Amino acid sequence: MTVDAKPTPLVEMRDIRVAFGGLHAVDGVTVDLYPGEVVAVVGGNGAGKSTLIKTLSGAHRCDSGQIFVDGKPVTIDTPRDAKEFGIETIYQTLALAENIDAPGNMFLGRELRTRWGTIDDSAMEDAARKVMGRLNPKFENFKTAVMSLSGGQRQSVAIARAVHFDARIMIMDEPTAALGPAETEQVNDLIQQLKAEGIGIFLISHDIHDVFDLADRISVMAQGKLVGTVNKADVTKDQVLAMIIMGKLPDEVSETDLAHLHD
Amino acid sequence: MTKTAPPIPDAAAEDTTGTEHGRARQLLGAMELDTRLLGMLAALLVIWIGFHIMSGGTVLTPRNLWNLSVQTSAVAIMATGMVLVIVSRNIDLSVGSMLAAVGMAMALLQAEILPDIIGFDHPATWIITLIAGIALGALLGAFQGAVIAYIGVPSFIVTLGGLLVWRGVAWAMASGRTIAPMDTTFQTLGGGSSGTIGGFWSWVVGIAAAAGIVFFLINQRRQRQKFGFHVRPQWADIALGVIGIGVVLGAIGYLNRYFLPERLARARAEADGIPWPPGGLDISLGLAVPVLLAIAVALVMTFVATRRRYGRYVFAIGGNPEAAELAGIKTRLTIVKTFALMGVLVAIAAAVQIARLNAAVSGLGQLTELYVIAAAVIGGTSLAGGIGTIAGAVLGALVMQSLQSGMVLVGVDAPLQDIVVGIVLVIAVAIDTFYRRRAT
Repeated sequence: MTVDAKPTPLVEMRDIRVAFGGLHAVDGVTVDLYPGEVVAVVGGNGAGKSTLIKTLSGAHRCDSGQIFVDGKPVTIDTPRDAKEFGIETIYQTLALAENIDAPGNMFLGRELRTRWGTIDDSAMEDAARKVMGRLNPKFENFKTAVMSLSGGQRQSVAIARAVHFDARIMIMDEPTAALGPAETEQVNDLIQQLKAEGIGIFLISHDIHDVFDLADRISVMAQGKLVGTVNKADVTKDQVLAMIIMGKLPDEVSETDLAHLHD
Repeated sequence: MTKTAPPIPDAAAEDTTGTEHGRARQLLGAMELDTRLLGMLAALLVIWIGFHIMSGGTVLTPRNLWNLSVQTSAVAIMATGMVLVIVSRNIDLSVGSMLAAVGMAMALLQAEILPDIIGFDHPATWIITLIAGIALGALLGAFQGAVIAYIGVPSFIVTLGGLLVWRGVAWAMASGRTIAPMDTTFQTLGGGSSGTIGGFWSWVVGIAAAAGIVFFLINQRRQRQKFGFHVRPQWADIALGVIGIGVVLGAIGYLNRYFLPERLARARAEADGIPWPPGGLDISLGLAVPVLLAIAVALVMTFVATRRRYGRYVFAIGGNPEAAELAGIKTRLTIVKTFALMGVLVAIAAAVQIARLNAAVSGLGQLTELYVIAAAVIGGTSLAGGIGTIAGAVLGALVMQSLQSGMVLVGVDAPLQDIVVGIVLVIAVAIDTFYRRRAT
C-alpha cells in the first residue's frame, strides 16, 4: 500500500486527546488508515494505544480532536455509532457474554428477528455456522455457553462477530495474546485474507514482534503521545523498538542507541 | 441458550450405556430436557409423597393441592420477575413492602375513591383499579431502577431503602387502618369460591394447553428442519408431547375432583334452578383465577426472557456487563425496565393478595421479599447473575409452599418450620453450586 497516491483515508483520527483526571492518556495523536492496509499501533503498557482506539470503537469519548471516515467528519459516542460506520472491534478481553452461546454472542445487540419480532435463534445459528465454516471449520459448539469453550474457540467467536457484519474498518486489540502458535497462525492468515478484501485494520500490540510482519505501517505511541508513524518497508525491528523504548525516530537514533537496546 | 451449558456427558456415563441406568440416561438425553428442572420436579414429588405419608394421607388430596396452587400463586408471580432482577446482577428487597403500598393504593381506590365517582360495585371498578395498580407498580419499580442504573447506587441499598419507605407509605396512606371490603368482581382475582372458573372451563384451558404443547413441539421441529439442524428423534418429540399433555390433563382432572362444599353447592344449584338430587351434587371449583394469572404470567415472562431481545440483553448484562455495553446494548435502560417489570408483577401479586383477604392492611407482604428471592434461588437462579429460568422460579415457589403447608399438615411448630425452610434453601443452593461447578 503506497501512501503517495493520496486517496481518501478510510479513517483519520486527528489530534485526539483523552484525559483521565489530570492524566493525559492520549495527548494530541493523529493516525490514519487506508483500505486494504494494516496499521500497527504499538507502544509499552500505558502508552495510550488502547484508549486511543477505544475512541474509535465508541467505548470512550475523546475530549477533543476529530474522527473522519471516508474524509467526512463523524461523531462516535457509542459502540453502536461505530458499528454504523462499519467499524468492528475485537477487544483484548474478547467482550463475550459467558452465559450465552456462540450465535447469541455474535449477534449480541444486533439479533436477527422473526417477522413476529422474536429472536430468531435458528437463523442466527445458520449464519454463525456459515461464518465459522470460513474461519474455523472445526468449530462445532453452537449451542453451548461460550464459558465452556477453549481460548481459541472464544477468539473465533469474537472474530466471527467482527467478520460477519461486513466491517470496512477492523480494530484488533492484542488479537493473538492468548493464543497458541497454531491459532496465532490462523489469525494471521485471516488478517491477510481481510486485507485482500480491502478492509483496513488497526492492529494494537505491545510487542512489535507480533505485528511487524503483518503491518504495512507502524504508529508508535509513548506516554500518550505519538512518537511517529513509519512505513514498515523503511525500518528495522530494532529501529521501531528504539521508537517504543527511547521515543526516538529512526533518523534520530544512533548505532550505539540500537546496540544498547539489546543490553 | 441463555441457560448454563447442559452437563457434558463424561466417560463414566458413556460406560454405563449398556445398563438400565445408562439407557434411561440416553432416553432423557434424546429428549433434551433441562436436568435441573427434572431434579426439582423429583424433589417436589419427594416432598409431596413424604408429607402425604407422614400426615396420614392429607397432602395429595385434590383439596390440598388446589389450596397449594392458590397459596403459591402470589409468590410465583413475583418470583418470575425476581429471576430477571437477579440475572441482571441486581436484587430487589423492596417487593414485600411495595406489595403493601400498591395493595393499599388499590384498596383505597376501589373502596373509598371510585365509589364516590362511578358508584359502588360499578362493573368497571376492578379493571380501573388493576390498571392503576399496575401503573403505580411500574412507576415505583422504574424509579428504583433509575436510581440504581443512572445514579449508580447499588440495588441492595436502593431496595433496602425501598423496603423501609414503601412499608411506611403503606401505613401512612390509610393511617394504619384496614381497608375493606373489596369490589365484588375484584375479589375473583383472589380465588375464593367465586374466583374459580369451574370444571368445564378448566377442561377448556387444559385442552388449549395440550394444543399449545403440540403446536410448540411441531413449530420447534419445523424451525430446525428448515435450516437442516439436528432435530430430536421423532419418538422423543412424540414422547414429550404425550407426557406433557398427560401431566396437564391429569392435573386438571385431579384438581377438578375438588368439589364445592354441600352448602355452597346447594346455593349454586338453587341459583341455576337445578333440583337437588338425593345423592348430592358434585360441582367442581376448577382452576382458581390467581392460579391462571400465575400461569399466564409465567408463560409471558418465559417468552420475554427467552424470545425477546430485552430478555436476551438482561442475560447478557448478567453474563458480562462490559461486553453488553460494548455490543451497543443500552444497559442502563435495560435495568430500569427490569425493575419496572418487577413492579408490575408486584402489583399483580398485590391484587391477588388483597382480593384473597378481601382487605388491605399495611402489614401485607411482610417478609415476602425473602420468600420471593428464595423461590428464585431454589429454582436455580444464580446470585452471581447471568443464570436462571422462569420455570425454575415457579417450581421453587411451589417447593417452598409445599414444604410449609406440608409441615403445617404434619403439625410441625412454627419456629421449626422456619428452621427447615432455611436449611432447605441453603442445601438447594449448595447442590446447585456443586453441579454447576461439575458441568463447566
